[in-house]
Amino acid sequence: MFHRESGYYKTTYAADMELYPLPITKTAMVVIGVLFFGLFPALMTDYYLSIINLCAIAVVGALGLNILVGFTGQISVGHAAFMSVGAYTAANLATRWDLPFWITMPAGGLMAMAIGLIVGLPSLRVKGLYLAIATLAAQFIIEWIINHTPAISGGVQASIEVPRPNLFGWDMDTQTEMYYFLMVLTTIAIVATLNLVRSRIGRAFIAIRDQDIAAEIIGINVYRYKLLAFGLSSFYAGVAGVMYTYYLGIANYEMFQLPISIDYLAMIIIGGLGSILGTIFGAVFITLLPVVVRVFMEVVGVYFVEGVYLAQVIAQMRLILFGGLIILFLVVEPEGLNKLWQNIRNYFRVWPFSH
Amino acid sequence: MKHVRSGLLAASIVAAATLQAAAAQAGEIVVGMQCDRTGPTQTVGTFLCPGYHDYVKLVNSRGGIEGHTVKVLEIDHEYKVPPGMEAYQRFKAEGAVIVAIYGTPHTQALTPLLMEDKIPGTSPGFGSAAAANGEKYPYLFPIAATYWSQGAAAVKFAKDQLGGNLKGKKIAYLFYDNPAGREPLPVLHKLAKKEGFELKEFAVPPPGVEMKVQVQDIARRFRADFVINHTFGKAPSVSINEMTRNGYSLNKMVGLVWAAAESNIMGAGGWDKAQGFNVMQFAGAGSDYPVLDEIKAMYKAEGKEVPREMDTTVYYNRGVLAAALHLKAIENAVKAKGGSADVSGEDVKNGFEKIQNFTLGGILPPMAITKQDHEGGGWVRIFKVEGDGFKPVTEWMRGYRDIVEAMVKEGH
Repeated sequence: MFHRESGYYKTTYAADMELYPLPITKTAMVVIGVLFFGLFPALMTDYYLSIINLCAIAVVGALGLNILVGFTGQISVGHAAFMSVGAYTAANLATRWDLPFWITMPAGGLMAMAIGLIVGLPSLRVKGLYLAIATLAAQFIIEWIINHTPAISGGVQASIEVPRPNLFGWDMDTQTEMYYFLMVLTTIAIVATLNLVRSRIGRAFIAIRDQDIAAEIIGINVYRYKLLAFGLSSFYAGVAGVMYTYYLGIANYEMFQLPISIDYLAMIIIGGLGSILGTIFGAVFITLLPVVVRVFMEVVGVYFVEGVYLAQVIAQMRLILFGGLIILFLVVEPEGLNKLWQNIRNYFRVWPFSH
Repeated sequence: MKHVRSGLLAASIVAAATLQAAAAQAGEIVVGMQCDRTGPTQTVGTFLCPGYHDYVKLVNSRGGIEGHTVKVLEIDHEYKVPPGMEAYQRFKAEGAVIVAIYGTPHTQALTPLLMEDKIPGTSPGFGSAAAANGEKYPYLFPIAATYWSQGAAAVKFAKDQLGGNLKGKKIAYLFYDNPAGREPLPVLHKLAKKEGFELKEFAVPPPGVEMKVQVQDIARRFRADFVINHTFGKAPSVSINEMTRNGYSLNKMVGLVWAAAESNIMGAGGWDKAQGFNVMQFAGAGSDYPVLDEIKAMYKAEGKEVPREMDTTVYYNRGVLAAALHLKAIENAVKAKGGSADVSGEDVKNGFEKIQNFTLGGILPPMAITKQDHEGGGWVRIFKVEGDGFKPVTEWMRGYRDIVEAMVKEGH
């Protein structure tokens, strides 16, 4: 309707390698860039920015999990534990040696990656549900170790206060500054993942997911790539943990417990396994939906319940609606929000001449 | 087309939400309140938060604070930190002058933000004990005995129960193995050295439903003279049953504030299963307080039933305590401003630091919040399970105040 997809010929290798070959996608990217880096921070109040900030962190964490679950076909229910590894690594480095965020952030990621490689070892022997239990064990072991090692956790309270990220002597402490900080990192993570999954490594991941024996036969080192997937996934988790730590100004393992791991799994399943855009949809959906449902209930609920019971009803209805909407979206489109978006796009692609 | 329609539906919900969020009214004083009614601590939240609402409603029904009504904005965060942060930002956007934090990790996460935004936050009975230091944490108010004060008071109680001398006695510390559970440890170790008793730690791993080994050890091998029970959730009920099963007298055990409610007794099988069990409270337990009668009268005057949440007096009364202290702080702030509703978080902080001699007929301890001491003195009262209710065994008390204060000053 709005544009043509045919008639663009690639005449150079560079053109063939482009991330967005069509002009409309390039325009769309520019528009999205202007929206997120220009208009949103200029127009939105701190409250809305704070919600986007939470979404941005969730996107990075969920991307990591989707590399592992969606692209490589392994499963992990210990994702939040890797976030805590990153968080505590960065917090310790930032408070003990006063290191800046551009060192603590990769360090947190790398530490999480190292632990992730160890936790990934069972994936070489077991699959599916067995692997899920092995990673569940990792979640509890990491939690326990942090909880009981004052050298890591910084004392009985197991929380370490971290100074605000500082760039060339400039403290990023307002929501808007944090917004730019997180948004730049999230953009890097998204672009990196987009390129990762169309690289040699990404294709190896997909081959392993689709049929690991076949992948081995065509010469992919399955062990290496499975471990690499765990490592990369944990790296993202670690970075998300560090982002979280800097955003809140505190590292605390109670923020990274099992329910959070499950939340991340829910994000990628609802968004769409093996899809970057789906990951973003899912992360935003899970972060935003409770808020939207609650606000909706605050408006509508007043007509049904009154007084002090309203709070109780809002809280319960929020859970019910949240669960209901997840089921609804998955029934409408089992392949997740990404597929839903594809369907909408495909409908309009040929509209109004659908035949 | 079906897909498009569901997409549009979602979009319209978002739009409705955006429009509504901008509607904070003038002339009101807004209070932000986090709660957990749907998460792991819902057994506390579903009773505590109604207590808060009811007290605010009572004050509003009498004309509010100096004529201004108080609006409570409650947000349920399921005991998860990200929704808790979102809730805080919402409170801030709606102009809340005070935030009732709910949960230890949330308190930790909000500590830097409260300071930056100059909004006082309260953490009655949880959070970090070091937060009692009002000079280091000017915007954090525990407003009730912290875990350090609770630990010290428990030792004092044990000392009184064991004949006034702890030398050579054995005290077992049964605790839930998380940061909150471990927090009283430093104070207990200090007191063990000072009083010359033997302290042994018995950690119960989450979720705390299995503690046979620990209890057998306490009752039969270690043969503790007294047990300090600092468990949460289902664990207190389990500990009561296990202690009884091992023939250990519940008279020699005191539960700290989160092992002290009706629901814990019910979970153990009812009042007759827990006779003699001592519990520590930072708000009065039971329903024998004038303010509760006033709330009941308010409901009756409206022709409504008295809320059943009031039966779980321990948590409900804690909600009343939090609300009462909040509104008192706001009242002080409004008075300092000459009756204007235009008070800031800073005014309310100063209002908190003026609270003393405010007990609402004994439901609140005789606390005095000062610039230095945001805990208000660290008062607790021990009750005992007797018949089918909690009967007070001590007056409002505290233990080893000098040691706790020194620790608060040091900050660890």
